[in-house]
Amino acid sequence: MTETRRPKLVTALLLAPAGVFFVFLLLVPLAVVLLFSFGERAPAGGYVPAFTLQNYMDLPARGKAFFNTLTLAPLGTLLTAIFAFPMAYFLAVKTSPKRRVAMLILVMAPFWTSQLLRYYAWMIILGNKGLPSWLAVVGITDVRIINTPWAVLIGAVYGFLPLMVPPIYVSLEKLDKRLLEASADLGATPTRTFFQVTLPLALPGVATGSMLVFILLMGDYILPQFLGGGKVFFIGNALVDLFLQSRNWPFGAAVSVALVAIMFVTIFFYMRFVLSKTDTRRAALV
Amino acid sequence: MLRAYAICVYIFLYLPISLIVFFSFNAGKYAMSWEGFSVFWYGKAFSNPLIMGALKTSVIIALSTAILSAIIGTLTALGLERTKGWVRITFDALIYIAIMVPGIVIGISTLIAFVSLFDVVNPWLTPTLGIKLQMGTWAVIAAHVLFNIAVVALLVRARLQGMDRSLVDASEDLYATPLGTFRQVVLPLLAPSILAGFLLAFTFSFEDFIIAYFVSGPDTTLPIYIFSSIRRGVTPEINAVGSVVLLTSFVLLILAQAVLRRGEKTARA
Repeated sequence: MTETRRPKLVTALLLAPAGVFFVFLLLVPLAVVLLFSFGERAPAGGYVPAFTLQNYMDLPARGKAFFNTLTLAPLGTLLTAIFAFPMAYFLAVKTSPKRRVAMLILVMAPFWTSQLLRYYAWMIILGNKGLPSWLAVVGITDVRIINTPWAVLIGAVYGFLPLMVPPIYVSLEKLDKRLLEASADLGATPTRTFFQVTLPLALPGVATGSMLVFILLMGDYILPQFLGGGKVFFIGNALVDLFLQSRNWPFGAAVSVALVAIMFVTIFFYMRFVLSKTDTRRAALV
Repeated sequence: MLRAYAICVYIFLYLPISLIVFFSFNAGKYAMSWEGFSVFWYGKAFSNPLIMGALKTSVIIALSTAILSAIIGTLTALGLERTKGWVRITFDALIYIAIMVPGIVIGISTLIAFVSLFDVVNPWLTPTLGIKLQMGTWAVIAAHVLFNIAVVALLVRARLQGMDRSLVDASEDLYATPLGTFRQVVLPLLAPSILAGFLLAFTFSFEDFIIAYFVSGPDTTLPIYIFSSIRRGVTPEINAVGSVVLLTSFVLLILAQAVLRRGEKTARA
């Protein structure tokens, strides 16, 4: 008996600390959010127990935030993938193996430095005293970039390129170069080789990178706050407003539930789609 | 063609960062008009008690998060190696949920769960024990640890799965105790991924704004201080602090990568 019980006890002890964190800082708080989303707002802000679906019926009041997030997050992800692909291709195929790793780290590094400061710099660059005023010198006037969807998209590509390049790089690096030669030998044009050989084989990397970027963009706050300037706002901005300014917790809770639900459903169908396209079942998240 | 594109990407990535570092040496008061070289703002930033206080809070949070996540994440990975069935499936699901739920929702849920709890317990605790529980540095650490346990567990588990089982078998055949095998064989092999996880957790925690914004209560972290001064209009003081922060995280990231790469090499050898 003790022979089989002791290893089990060790396993339980190993998993216990994480279990405590998962229960008390993830599952219980998320359950509280779900509970609050059915409640009513206290007159002074906060929460009063109730059971109403009113908060969910009121979601269209924040429709603009949902619309912006659900259009700009996928679009930003797509643009990031488009700009990241040639870069990953360059690093994996055209760079000498010796310098590859260092050059890849150089691409990744900005992601791990202060997001606030980097977007602040873009706020200045795209602001009216930045790019538009430089363009005015060469005769292009009346350009407005800051606080438009374009600024948010530029920010998305800038912010998440460092995260998108590595997974694409990994899948391209593994690609057997002989396949490309074979394709060329069989008379395929470089374009055709790219679309029929390179791209399908790199798809797992593109899928992993896109999912990471999409998850982070969906919940972003700083990017729309700094580059959308209150005009192009995301669900994240609505949440900060609801919890920290207008203190409408039940409605904020309903918005949070909607955000998480949308994310999980999207990711579920996305994964199914990707897995049906690629039979390699790799979903390396980190 | 591709080379030119790559150069453009590097410029695109590094131009904004260089701009901040460049203007941190500006003698003038305005963030973006150059009035000559000076390290005046560095001196000013490092003698500002608000900035130094926020920096101290952030370092405490990041260090605690990194230590706790590295330990608990490693224990989790080791525990999961020993399980099958529903326990494993449940933990795998929890790890992915912890990573997929946006930081802002983690912040919100932690805030309202704990504030609600405190509303219940404080009327009892305050008169009897004189304790008033409130949000603060501890809550930031707790929420950061949650996310980073998942990250470290994934990193360490990847390494465990790549590990050569025969080393453990050999150690057991030579009559090493399970603890001896762990200390002398498994731990040294896992060390690079644990250290990389530690550094990633530190960087994540040090840079995080949104979770701390919700749960830090009266405490101010460096990103919160930077955020509020950007709203007020930045002085080169912030550029100076920012440059130091940028440099620190840059060094940490490169360290983490170097450690991870070296680990991969020794694993293969």
